Amino acid sequence: MTKMNLEDVRFAPTGIGEVEDGAVQKGVDLPPATKKKHKSLGLSEDDLKAVYEQMFLQRRFEERTMQQYQKGKFGGFLHLYIGQEAISTGTVFAVNDDDDIITAYRDHGWGLVRGVSAKAGMAELFGKAAGCSKGKGGSMHFANAEQHFWGGYGIVGGHIPIGAGLAFASKYNQEGRVSLCFLGDGAVDQGALHETMNMAQLWKLPVIIVVENNGYSMGTAAKRHTVAEIVDRAKGYGMKSAVINGMDVFSVYEKMKEIADDVRETSEPWFVEIRTYRYRGHSMSDPQQYRTKEELQEFQNTDPVERLKAYILNEKIVSEEELNEINERIDQEVVEAVEFADAAPYPDPEALYEDMLIDDEPYFHV
Amino acid sequence: MAVLQFREAILAAIDEEMDRDESVFIMGEEVAEYNGAYKVTEGLLDKYGFRRVIDTPISELGFAGIGVGAAMGGLRPIVEFMTFNFAVLAADQIINHASKVRYMTGGQISCPIVFRGPNASAGQLGATHSVAFDSMYAHFPGLKVIYVSEPGDAKGLMKSAIRDENPVLFMESEQMYGLKGEVSDEEDYIIPIGKGKVKREGTDVTIVAHGKMYHIAVQAANQLAKDGVECEIIDPRTVKPLDLPLIIESIKKTKRCVVVDEAHPFAGFAAEIGFLIQREAFDYLDAPVQRVCLPDVNAPFAKNLFDIWLPDAKQVVEAVNQVTYRN
Repeated sequence: MTKMNLEDVRFAPTGIGEVEDGAVQKGVDLPPATKKKHKSLGLSEDDLKAVYEQMFLQRRFEERTMQQYQKGKFGGFLHLYIGQEAISTGTVFAVNDDDDIITAYRDHGWGLVRGVSAKAGMAELFGKAAGCSKGKGGSMHFANAEQHFWGGYGIVGGHIPIGAGLAFASKYNQEGRVSLCFLGDGAVDQGALHETMNMAQLWKLPVIIVVENNGYSMGTAAKRHTVAEIVDRAKGYGMKSAVINGMDVFSVYEKMKEIADDVRETSEPWFVEIRTYRYRGHSMSDPQQYRTKEELQEFQNTDPVERLKAYILNEKIVSEEELNEINERIDQEVVEAVEFADAAPYPDPEALYEDMLIDDEPYFHV
Repeated sequence: MAVLQFREAILAAIDEEMDRDESVFIMGEEVAEYNGAYKVTEGLLDKYGFRRVIDTPISELGFAGIGVGAAMGGLRPIVEFMTFNFAVLAADQIINHASKVRYMTGGQISCPIVFRGPNASAGQLGATHSVAFDSMYAHFPGLKVIYVSEPGDAKGLMKSAIRDENPVLFMESEQMYGLKGEVSDEEDYIIPIGKGKVKREGTDVTIVAHGKMYHIAVQAANQLAKDGVECEIIDPRTVKPLDLPLIIESIKKTKRCVVVDEAHPFAGFAAEIGFLIQREAFDYLDAPVQRVCLPDVNAPFAKNLFDIWLPDAKQVVEAVNQVTYRN
């Protein structure tokens, strides 16, 4: 080993906004989207409308959320999902309604697509009693257990073994449910993922571990925080794997359906990397100095909501007029959700002590 | 009354609960084909099969988390740690997830899980294998913590722990697994979580001691009895919820208290008991409460240093002498 000058010693690779041969070095490279049209994917025109409505709801919900946060209507962290809506929507339409879903803290879209109403979601963000988690979870802890959405979790990687545990319960009772565990590219570097992948493969757990690779672990680009291709982690565990274009809802739908069917049949786990892009910062306090405007623009050109909108217009599934009506209706729903959340009461002081322990007389040390 | 070893009492409890409820299963390192690192799970694999008795890799974080997920999904896992010293690797699952998931989802999700295994030191095992973790876990809301001293308590409380709807940490000791004691023959013998027991009645001083330290307290009390000092020994059995009324009632009688705890002194069980006594029984005390704990030092390997490090009966006698002004 050649001895280096101390000032030349480097550890983490550097390079923000690098340009190579005139091209912006992107956080992620999108694989090709599926060429299939909705009919050959088995999606009806009504399905497509529902998919579009859900994606637009997630987008508009978060845009309005951001405004409310900036107005100081609520506190805490706020991690936006904008740009990644095709993943939650495409997945939920592809799998069974009782398949288990668990995710990290960028969870608003997942809540909305799994039955958390705009009102209950917005009220949760505002910390109101009518929130989906009674105002006790906030932005990072949306949940709707009744519809098998087991929640968003705030410790990076902490929920990964829990996702496998839900699959364990399904296998134990031979319930046929598949568990889907979503994490960000940052969580790929946590030991919890690797322990879980080993056990999931060893025990043949019906779990799909999905990395939503949005290019950045907070402010650190994927190539600066992890080695090689993320999807290749599967090879070391002998696990089935796939890479999916997460900016295209048809691609997500097609592959996730195939994968869920395979898991249901074989009870063997999958490791899936869905490449996507987060338009907003890691959280609202992020100045985003780690990426270029050009890169952001390049991904916004592949916007999943715009892409689906163009498709349904081109295919004459909806007219411009109908589309505007849908958009207005959803925007109205979100506006009403904001008004509802704003006016809704905070939890009663007694609620502080509720939902801790399941006992006739819960014990609180004083 | 049957006489059982500690390990046999725990095994009997697990066996009975697995027999009555199919959602109960056990997993951990060496629990199945090896029959348990300390033979606590001996015979369970033969009886219940590979679905319900599961060997895990050495991945505490991973299998604790799979247990938490399985509990959320409707099962009742018993997760064995070969020692709670290794459970530190799984602390994220116990502290950040099991204890909090119900609250932060507004009561939508429950997590009925038992984390069990030996706690604290077991001879010359060095610094990383010798720590008592009961106080640390008791610090966190949403967890129940049991650290038992005798086979009868182990059986009755293990059954309660498995049936509890909340996450429970059940702590044992490598050095007590072979200890024999009377275990009730009563069918479905249950001891409620949160109930301590006066295990020796006395009038001169109250000694609060649990887990392995209970036996040190008994040795000290036997010695002191020869000098005419009658110790009342209270074994709280459950660290949290704590049976404080039982302790306070005893102190109102004896007016003096020594807490024996196999943990380091700062912010531990003994410190908490001391605070509670001054708040609840200040006017009854004839002497400041004393504690016998580990020093604020890691566990040494050398035999002579280890013997100084671990609380012993002599230290308890000295503490009793101090609170009774006999020195």
